[in-house]
Amino acid sequence: MIEKHELSTVETAETEPVADPGLPEHEPRPTDVDEAAERRAERQVATFFGLSALCTLLFIVSYLVFKVGDEPTVKLGFGLSTPALGATLGLALLLIGVGTIQWARKLMGDHEIMEFRHPGASSQEDRDDTVAILALGAEESGIARRPLIRNSLLGAVGVLLLAPVMALRDLGPLPGDKLFHTIWKKGMRVVQDVDGTPIKPADMEVGQLINGEPAIFFEHDADGEPKIEGVELNQEKAKAAVIIVKMQPGDIKAAKGRENWGVNGVLCYSKICTHVGCPISLWEQQTHHLLCPCHQSTFDLADNGRVVFGPAARPVPQLPLAVDDEGYLIATSDFTEPVGPSFWERG
Amino acid sequence: MTDTIAKSNGKQPAKAGKPSKAGAAATWADDRLGMAGMAKKNLRKVFPDHWSFMLGEIALWSFVVLLLTGVFLTLWFRPSMVEVVYDGSYDQLRGIPMSEAYKSSLDISFDVRAGLLMRQIHHWAAMVFVGSMMIHLLRVYFTGAFRKPRELNWVIGCVLLLLGTLEGFTGYSLPDDLLSGTGLRAADGFMKASPVVGSYMSFFLFGGEFPGSSIIPRLYTAHVLLIPGLLLALIAAHMLLLVYHKHTQWPGPGRTEHNVVGFPMLPVYMAKAGGFFFVVFGVLTLMGGFLSINPVWRFGPYNPAEVTAGSQPDWYMGWPDGALRIMPNWETHLWGITVSWNVMVPILILPPLMLMILISLPFVEAWITGDKREHHLLERPRNAPTRTAVMVALMTFYGLLWAAGGNDIIATHLRLSINQITYFMRGAVFIGPVIAFLITRRWCISLQRHDNETLLHGYESGVIMRDAQGGYSERHLPLPVARAYTLTARDRDQIFVPESEADANGVASPTARKDKVRAALAKYWYGSNIQKPTRAQLEAAHHHAEIEHDHERALENSADGHQFDGRHDVSGEELTTKH
Repeated sequence: MIEKHELSTVETAETEPVADPGLPEHEPRPTDVDEAAERRAERQVATFFGLSALCTLLFIVSYLVFKVGDEPTVKLGFGLSTPALGATLGLALLLIGVGTIQWARKLMGDHEIMEFRHPGASSQEDRDDTVAILALGAEESGIARRPLIRNSLLGAVGVLLLAPVMALRDLGPLPGDKLFHTIWKKGMRVVQDVDGTPIKPADMEVGQLINGEPAIFFEHDADGEPKIEGVELNQEKAKAAVIIVKMQPGDIKAAKGRENWGVNGVLCYSKICTHVGCPISLWEQQTHHLLCPCHQSTFDLADNGRVVFGPAARPVPQLPLAVDDEGYLIATSDFTEPVGPSFWERG
Repeated sequence: MTDTIAKSNGKQPAKAGKPSKAGAAATWADDRLGMAGMAKKNLRKVFPDHWSFMLGEIALWSFVVLLLTGVFLTLWFRPSMVEVVYDGSYDQLRGIPMSEAYKSSLDISFDVRAGLLMRQIHHWAAMVFVGSMMIHLLRVYFTGAFRKPRELNWVIGCVLLLLGTLEGFTGYSLPDDLLSGTGLRAADGFMKASPVVGSYMSFFLFGGEFPGSSIIPRLYTAHVLLIPGLLLALIAAHMLLLVYHKHTQWPGPGRTEHNVVGFPMLPVYMAKAGGFFFVVFGVLTLMGGFLSINPVWRFGPYNPAEVTAGSQPDWYMGWPDGALRIMPNWETHLWGITVSWNVMVPILILPPLMLMILISLPFVEAWITGDKREHHLLERPRNAPTRTAVMVALMTFYGLLWAAGGNDIIATHLRLSINQITYFMRGAVFIGPVIAFLITRRWCISLQRHDNETLLHGYESGVIMRDAQGGYSERHLPLPVARAYTLTARDRDQIFVPESEADANGVASPTARKDKVRAALAKYWYGSNIQKPTRAQLEAAHHHAEIEHDHERALENSADGHQFDGRHDVSGEELTTKH
């Protein structure tokens, strides 16, 4: 078979520029000829293994001696447990490895041996036989002669694939219009995100940025339970988080229809980036730019959240503001467009 | 010499000796499993030795370390997004509501002895796993080890790289800390950017609106069952094919396409590879003990309204992130739909495209060169200049995107403008690979020239000669035969030539146009390569060197003017040539 089997060959001996000198003679190692060297290597290997066992014992000691938890054992400013366990276990493993390799290199037989390669492919005879068997199988089953059976089977299996697809339907609800709305609505107070304190425009300095959230996140129902919590809170937060900034009213270039969306230079924008949804929070006070730390999209908040740099395609949505009777900031409606990353049916 | 090889090469099958305990156990096993026949053939299987063959082994062993440490972590980790209030040992977070997943990650780090060590070994091992797979892939590519009959193993390797990357992403998303949550938030954005089904995909994966309460348990199933299962199966297939094909080897004296020379599996290779497992495990454990990685307690629990500056994915996710950062902000709004090219191109199109390019490399090269032969001898990168240049171009593309993924870090550390870095990268990712390709190709060809020079004129001996005219030259000495043979043990490149466009009957060949393209590509692929010298050329060069040497020797004592060096009697001497 080897003749039929095409191997890449470096030219034959006659035409080769330099003839193959053949495998070099085996050179004995010091441990092959010098008994003292051999014994030394033997001792070395055994020492490695012995030290490894010692390290494992030290690992057990470290495990028992160094505390973790409320009062970890601390030295030089760091907890001792992890480095001590790492060092002892690491060395225990490493020494077994080093010892074994030393054993192989110094003491095990180091004669290189040669094996011939055989073609990976089967012989032509085997191939022909296999093809014949396959043909026989096809013939005996009659799969070619009975297209009705074949096609109905293929059809049934194809239809069957719908079952797992259907079964996965309950992975999640359909999006519906969820991506188009947030929890903001007319009259809801804009509060600080740390403790829910309402915000008075007059209390803000020019250039200041406040991370805000809708007041409902901090409200409780009649039983004293939070109105919204857990998973639902996170889902709403992922859409409703805002930032409130104050700038000189003269710097603001409000677009048509947005002239009265601010209060005395205080504007409110979605905190969720229109690129892939990171919360945007790096505020450049002097330029009114807001930079997303994930992919560096930059928005000009004095100019309706326009994209001035980076991969985001759409301006960051603005929340129209007003003040209530007590002088605190409120939203006058939900966002007028979907917040967060783009999606196909967004429009 | 060959005798010793043949004798030790498993020519004498193991014979059942006198009854011994081991023999009895072996008999018991063989009666039921019938493994002796296979064991006889494979226990002394030959593995050639070279440091670069160890790279894939690092990947294999770090995967084993991942399995072991991963099992440890599952004993304490709770993949649940139920909100709990932290009451563990880490003071700064006590009393703060967080998911159970995050809480159990903190518990593993602070309240389980060796827990932090295992977490850190696991994370380091993941980085080493992906990294060593990539370097192993480069080794296989640069040495031509992917050629027939090993193309399928190349494909398996590429899929392993993809799965390893996904396994890493699902893994570092599990602790549900602020950094990993930010990664999932971005992943949600990627899904939503998919045409037509984007928002449905997002709602199905997250079990509702982002972040929902399902994503951590679902990722957990993928991370500990689905992907590791696939990885295991594919690694097994990868190894089986490796054994079946027998390992490639470097050419050298006695090492040909038809044999494989090296150490037998039992005992040498088994000891070396087994020992190496302990070395890899040991080094990873030392890293886990001393090098902090992913300190989730410093990031805090995930909060969809918070983020930290300098948020970065793990390093192997850096390059698509870089593409995402430098992509222009293109988006199409048409007929009530939104097409987000700014996300689709870098995330949904580019990485799968790169994977397809990677997978197709062996097939494209084989098609261009028309080489259908089996190759078991490795090629030096310089002897395949175009192939080498293709990979260096891809590496440059990857590296630039990876750097772009850290544009904010580069900007803050080098005090550069992030805008300028980004604009620069937009151009560099296209121009850089072209420059890298051209330089690499010429560099390889120059190295080939150098090899031929060494073959023809010998190596530089360091002996400086001064000739009759006072000029200096370095004496070159012929290479040792083994070295000369190794340098010449490579194929002559054969450029594909299309058969004539029409056959004898004037019928146009149906593949004429394709053949033309192929011939042009093959010409570019091989055309500028330097072929090894022929035997005649070598002999001529050596002959020439000998003559020159004799010539020099003749001049040795007669350099004009040397007679006036003060140590000779110069009465009656004159310079031969009057100046």
